[in-house]
Amino acid sequence: MIELKKISKSYQIGQNKLEVLKSLDLSIAQGEFVSIMGPSGSGKSTLLNIMGILDDYDAGEYILSDTLIKNLSQKKAAYYRNQFLGFVFQSFNLLHFKNAMENVALPLYYQKVNRKKRNEIALEYLDRVGLKDWAEHTPSEMSGGQQQRVAIARALIGKPKVIFADEPTGALDTQTSNEVMDLFKEVNKEGITIIIVTHEDEISEMTDRVIRLRDGVIESYGY
Amino acid sequence: MIEKQKFKKIQIIHQVSFKNQLYMFDFDKWQEIIETIRRHKLRTALTAFGVFWGIFMLVLLLGAGNGLQNGVEYDFRDDAINSIWIRQGRTSIPYKGMKPGRQIQFNKEDFNAVNAQIEGIEHSTPRNYVRGDFSVVYKNKGYNFNIRCTYPGHRYVENSIVSQGRFLNDKDVSDARKVAAIGHLVAETIYEKGVDPLGTYIQIKGIPFKVIGVFKDTGGPNEMKNIYIPWSTANQAYNHQNKVHQMMVTTGDLPIEETEKMTRQIEQLFADRHRFSIEDKQAIHIFNNNERFQSILNLFAGIRGLVGFVGIGTLLAGIIGVGNIMLIIVSERTKEIGLRKALGATPNSIISMVLMESIFITSIAGYLGLLCGVGLLELMNLAIGPEGAGMFRNPEIDINLALGATAMLVIFGGLAGYLPARKAAAINPIEALREE
Repeated sequence: MIELKKISKSYQIGQNKLEVLKSLDLSIAQGEFVSIMGPSGSGKSTLLNIMGILDDYDAGEYILSDTLIKNLSQKKAAYYRNQFLGFVFQSFNLLHFKNAMENVALPLYYQKVNRKKRNEIALEYLDRVGLKDWAEHTPSEMSGGQQQRVAIARALIGKPKVIFADEPTGALDTQTSNEVMDLFKEVNKEGITIIIVTHEDEISEMTDRVIRLRDGVIESYGY
Repeated sequence: MIEKQKFKKIQIIHQVSFKNQLYMFDFDKWQEIIETIRRHKLRTALTAFGVFWGIFMLVLLLGAGNGLQNGVEYDFRDDAINSIWIRQGRTSIPYKGMKPGRQIQFNKEDFNAVNAQIEGIEHSTPRNYVRGDFSVVYKNKGYNFNIRCTYPGHRYVENSIVSQGRFLNDKDVSDARKVAAIGHLVAETIYEKGVDPLGTYIQIKGIPFKVIGVFKDTGGPNEMKNIYIPWSTANQAYNHQNKVHQMMVTTGDLPIEETEKMTRQIEQLFADRHRFSIEDKQAIHIFNNNERFQSILNLFAGIRGLVGFVGIGTLLAGIIGVGNIMLIIVSERTKEIGLRKALGATPNSIISMVLMESIFITSIAGYLGLLCGVGLLELMNLAIGPEGAGMFRNPEIDINLALGATAMLVIFGGLAGYLPARKAAAINPIEALREE
């Protein structure tokens, strides 16, 4: 599903060139449930950005679902993100002025699904995460755990092949964290690849495979 | 299996909707924009008010400027703006052994000389008054009206408008006919309703004159209380002895410099004929309306300049205000933009979303400002009435100018939103979303 071959990425900071990823190789198969761990500065975020087609890389090859992702136009990148990927963030990032249903429906807006249809589909997905009754509520009226479930529903609605979760439980207590992770597990059972970036061992222990990153290279593949 | 079917359904919808995208009006997009505006009342209100106020003030300013100009122009409606008036005076400087204080008396020869020797005259007329104690009598009733004894050319000096019959003509003057053109208010006063003044006879100082015409005058009611008779008739009938009380000429469309030259030539002509010093400004009084009008034209230019300057300033303030708010809105929405990008929004769709929102708000607010401004001007117009108030009258605006200003505000407001929107659309979604 995901093939990274000798990926390099560096940032220019003043006169210095900071190498963040150093000829990194990684492959993740379809339906895997993996976590990526590493101290800050290890290149976690950069790796996530590249895999999420949110950033470009300098050298190497990134193949996502048999498609070479390299030097894409912004438009094409947006298209692939919309078609292949779902994102879940630490701070949920729901639009505060939209209710739960409209938030979930947003990716379909960018697929040009009409309003009535996409709200219908959004309700189905809210039902799947157990929040059908909260459809008309705005994010401020919901708990953190509920908001994250809405965010997961939003990630699912576009029928992604991969879901990237960037510290998805960072803002949640242990119990809600577990609920969210259970939801991820359920989703994973349907065959969707899930990649979680975290620094919490309790979270990574719940995944099938832990990839450890240090200084821009993979320290442990977790096999 | 069910999931697969659903996925297919979405694919099909995707294809159908893609066709819809080809239509000019993307209903779904507008729905999204209107929804966003509806949920952000404060920032919408702030943007809208900035634009509304800018256009509103601009319309008022332009209206007030035009009102002032109309008022001053109205003030000038009485006499032809291209006329030169010559009145007799008294010498104030000794000249060739003659003492000062000598009364200068114009006569028919002076008038002829002016017409013969001064170049550039379009129309000319002498004007005498019938003096003494008398009344205008019609059907044994006496009335008090001014009598002016003139040539046909007088009509062009005073801007008289014939409403019935005719004004004096050359034949009236050369044959010294006993005919009279009467003002509108004269006719209203002396005739009963339904009586046709034309062909009736009125007595002026005991001499019957046949009424040949009724006129109106842009100069207002007083000008319409005059009666005009031929100069030559009065000269014979009232023993004016070829004297001329004053004379007027019009200068066509000569430029101001030419009319000033004419004024000096007339001065010289009278100084020669009546033997007074050219330096003597009291001997005769020459009044060039062209000069007065020129100074008014300069005033207009000044007003227009000021209105333009303040107007551009107002517009600029509006643009900067809108730009500022757009900048704040975009930075406030950085997170939202990042998220939309992560969910599959293209940079262009982000930019067009921000732009369409700003253009939508500014257009409506600008239009409302225009409507309220014009409405207020209309109310003012109604309040001060057609007579005007002092130098202020009929405030109006060039609607094209106002529309242009609104369009400019909308365009620049959009542009002010475009630059930060483009920047926001280019940022990395992960960065935007991590920003707390």
